[in-house]
Amino acid sequence: MLVEAGHFALALALGLSLIQFVVPLWGARANDPVLMTVAPASALAVFACIAFSFLALTSAYLNSDFSVLNVVQNSHSAKPLVYKISGVWGNHEGSMLLWVLILALFGGVVALARNSIPMRLQANTLAVQAAVTIAFLLFILTTSNPFTRVVPAPLEGQDLNPLLQDPGLAIHPPLLYIGYVGFSISFAFACAALIDGRIDAVWARIVRPWTLGAWAFLTLGIAMGSYWAYYELGWGGWWFWDPVENASLMPWLAGTALMHSTVVMEKRDALKVWTILLAILTFSLSLLGTFLVRSGVLTSVHSFAVDPERGTFILGILILFIGGSLSLFAWRAPMLRQGGLFAPVSREGALVLNNLFLATACATVFIGTLYPLALEVLTGEKISVGAPFFNFTFLPLIVPLLLLLPLGQTLAWKRGNFLGTAQRLYAVFGLSLLVTVALFAFAYGGPVAAPLGVGLGVYLVLGSLNELVTRSWSKGTPLAVAWRKAKGLPRSTWGTAIAHAGVGLSVIGIAATAWGVEGLGSLKPGERLKAGDYEVRLERVIPRIEANYREDVAVLTVFDSGREIGTLETMKRLYVTRGMPTTEAGILTTGLGQVYASLGEMQADGSIGVRLYYKPLVLLIWIGALVMAAGGALSLTDRRLRIGAPARTKAAPPAAVPAE
Amino acid sequence: MVIWIILLAMTAAAVMAVLWPLSRHHAIERQADPDTQFYREQIAEIERDQARGVLLASEAEAAKAEAGRRLLRARGLQDDSVAAVGEPALRRRRAASTLALSLIPILALATYEIYGSPHLLSQPPGMQVQRQADRMELQQAVAQIEAHLAKNPQDGRGWEVIAPVYIRMGRIDDAVKAYEAAVRYQPPDADRFANYGEALVLAKDGLISAEAQAAFEQAVRLDRNAAKARFYLARAAVQDGQIDKAKAAYEELLALAPADAPWVGAVRQELAALGATQPEQAEGTAPQIGPEAIAGMVAGLANRLETQGGSAEEWARLIRSYAVLGQRDKATDAARRARAALAQDATALKTIDAMTQELKLTDAQP
Repeated sequence: MLVEAGHFALALALGLSLIQFVVPLWGARANDPVLMTVAPASALAVFACIAFSFLALTSAYLNSDFSVLNVVQNSHSAKPLVYKISGVWGNHEGSMLLWVLILALFGGVVALARNSIPMRLQANTLAVQAAVTIAFLLFILTTSNPFTRVVPAPLEGQDLNPLLQDPGLAIHPPLLYIGYVGFSISFAFACAALIDGRIDAVWARIVRPWTLGAWAFLTLGIAMGSYWAYYELGWGGWWFWDPVENASLMPWLAGTALMHSTVVMEKRDALKVWTILLAILTFSLSLLGTFLVRSGVLTSVHSFAVDPERGTFILGILILFIGGSLSLFAWRAPMLRQGGLFAPVSREGALVLNNLFLATACATVFIGTLYPLALEVLTGEKISVGAPFFNFTFLPLIVPLLLLLPLGQTLAWKRGNFLGTAQRLYAVFGLSLLVTVALFAFAYGGPVAAPLGVGLGVYLVLGSLNELVTRSWSKGTPLAVAWRKAKGLPRSTWGTAIAHAGVGLSVIGIAATAWGVEGLGSLKPGERLKAGDYEVRLERVIPRIEANYREDVAVLTVFDSGREIGTLETMKRLYVTRGMPTTEAGILTTGLGQVYASLGEMQADGSIGVRLYYKPLVLLIWIGALVMAAGGALSLTDRRLRIGAPARTKAAPPAAVPAE
Repeated sequence: MVIWIILLAMTAAAVMAVLWPLSRHHAIERQADPDTQFYREQIAEIERDQARGVLLASEAEAAKAEAGRRLLRARGLQDDSVAAVGEPALRRRRAASTLALSLIPILALATYEIYGSPHLLSQPPGMQVQRQADRMELQQAVAQIEAHLAKNPQDGRGWEVIAPVYIRMGRIDDAVKAYEAAVRYQPPDADRFANYGEALVLAKDGLISAEAQAAFEQAVRLDRNAAKARFYLARAAVQDGQIDKAKAAYEELLALAPADAPWVGAVRQELAALGATQPEQAEGTAPQIGPEAIAGMVAGLANRLETQGGSAEEWARLIRSYAVLGQRDKATDAARRARAALAQDATALKTIDAMTQELKLTDAQP
């Protein structure tokens, strides 16, 4: 009963979304406030319907109701509770339902923010958002319906893909989707501004928290996915330039650019048209990511052709929204009023540079991801574009961006003084150079890139701290006063500094992977395997049986330069229902580094293949991402108005206290 | 019936959510213009910052001047022509209400009518609980038998008990292993061999492998009237392209059958698919997917592979489908085409070779 009611609620949401699309647009055109108030009311009703529908599906999973096809295909009554819940979005149909649930949730939040958003902007925004909802609801109902029933109901389900039965992947999709879908709100606001032909700092102030929040969640989602790939796939790699990963990286890069250009717009009323375009592009890339992942086009262009229904539908959505919004942009953007002016050397100028680098980097990822697909469609030839391509194209774009980052952060608004800014960073330059040289001497003969990369990371972290220090402390100020001043700095300034320091931490972690060592061997109990200073001894291999899988567990004792520092367990599992094997890497964390072991094949003579890595500072990659997201969140809590006080020509001395 | 009342109540609530704001036209309060508000607050903020010493006086001046200019512009843009009253507004509200009243129920009910399954609602609520209890019991039983068999792997009876349960749980490969053990550790029995063969067929998605055929032949040797084994042997004949032999076997099976045998319908269906004249219609046995539909799907696959190419697995699937449908010449032909299409790919060719060998497509061997 609940399942059918949930199904019906989804159909109702479709009808309500249509009203949410038509009536407010009409109201905004006729300037009729009564019609415009339909927008928030229907947005809330749509959310209620979709939330009910989602709960109905979740309850079907919890009760193992195998009369629902989706539950049969992705659940099993012996599965742990957490994975019964995460199974809801661990499959195509359920994940699309989660997608529209988040979309509707955000629509509901926009609907509740009544007094801070101008009425027409709100009505138009919710109408555009309803259009997106309609498209995805139609997609779900017609091609990916999670509520399809089976008669007679089978006795047992087919279990969830074992790779997905993991805490990391239980929360990865919701995080990622909040990021993707959050950008849909920025997109809806951009389209609404174009429809209304008005855009200003007020717009930027309203959009900023959405962009910032979406960005923070996307950062977390990507980091979580990367950590999952690291420990679950058993290769010890953390980023594979795989199309699925790139699909989430592209909106992240565009979203990062958007976040920065929105700041310029809010503070200085400049870069308006560009910001609008970025908002459209960011969401378009989110849609593209959804298409790549959900249409099956990645497995092979041919698997897409086997079941083209879904793929064609998403492709249609893609063309409709990207084409539609870009046409709207081409038509209305020339009518938008251009905003504030600024000198090339200024904070604005630096942010423009930031945007250019990020957009170009995003374009290289785009080409590297889509070119192989296009080639396969046109010629049938299969090529794979991997790390070498991205190392040659992506890195040369990102490294200069990172080098400029602390400089840009220090420049004044409107007109900056490059030399004065550079002077304030002398100490930072010097210290980072010292660290680099010291590392070269210390790790002489090792990889060249590692000390350079770590030096760059240190430079970023120090540059961000420097920003806080110079703003609150100058020679002769007592420390207590400086601390009070630092505490008085706006939270968005702290957020910026923390997020940028997070980038630095990640860079250090990534660079340090070059120092990683590995060992490979076939061990019998009692035998040892070495990787650098670290060594493991295989104690025993024991079989274990759990509710929905059986596994062989290898217990390894870990030694650091001969001293015992702990044990780790690594497993090979077999999930019985699907007959699918997985490996579970064993990880022992020492400081920021990790000893990582994964099992290979069992040999005929009773020995077992073991792959052993030591990865120094590897945790910093993800800690950096967490710090970035925390910086974003801190900045999000700052609801003060942001002012970019323009520097007067020749008026301000170079070492003046910078504007916020 | 109850469910329709619930669905109607949900529809009514949804329509009300839209009608309610449309009815509140008197309660519309003038929203303070957020644009001018914003710049006023911005100016106040600048003054606060200046007082705190975060902004220099000169900077504050410049910032205030900019914000002031924007405030003036925003005021100029303010639009006072709000149209909430009067005849046109009333007409607009009526039109919007009509739209909501018609569109929401029609769209929702029509969509649900196409994709929903309201007839499945009449399951008594207790059934869910009962099923769950059954499932728990089954799981415990399976766990117990598995533990017992782990200790006594030569207990053929135990393997025979658990095998059909595995099939019901979808663990076909485990079922095959269980039947294997059941056959090995117990005296020969026709039914046991037939069941073993059936599990093998299930494991290969309906293909009758040489192994399965041997099991069925063994069953018939033990009991000439073993219906299941004879049925599968007839299907094996279809698969090998010996249509006449298959027809004869099916007809013989029908002649042997007791009147109330449950498998008579299935045999008639098979015969119909072979194009034999049917003496009478089978009753109450609607085929789940008609032979035409299957032939259509196979033709679609063939067409696509022909025009757009495909992987070795897809070609193998096509070859196997033809064989299962009894169209051996087409299967042979498909194998030849697959070899031509996949000529550069050694592993793909190996897949195709394995398939032709399995199906005994002698003409198609390289």
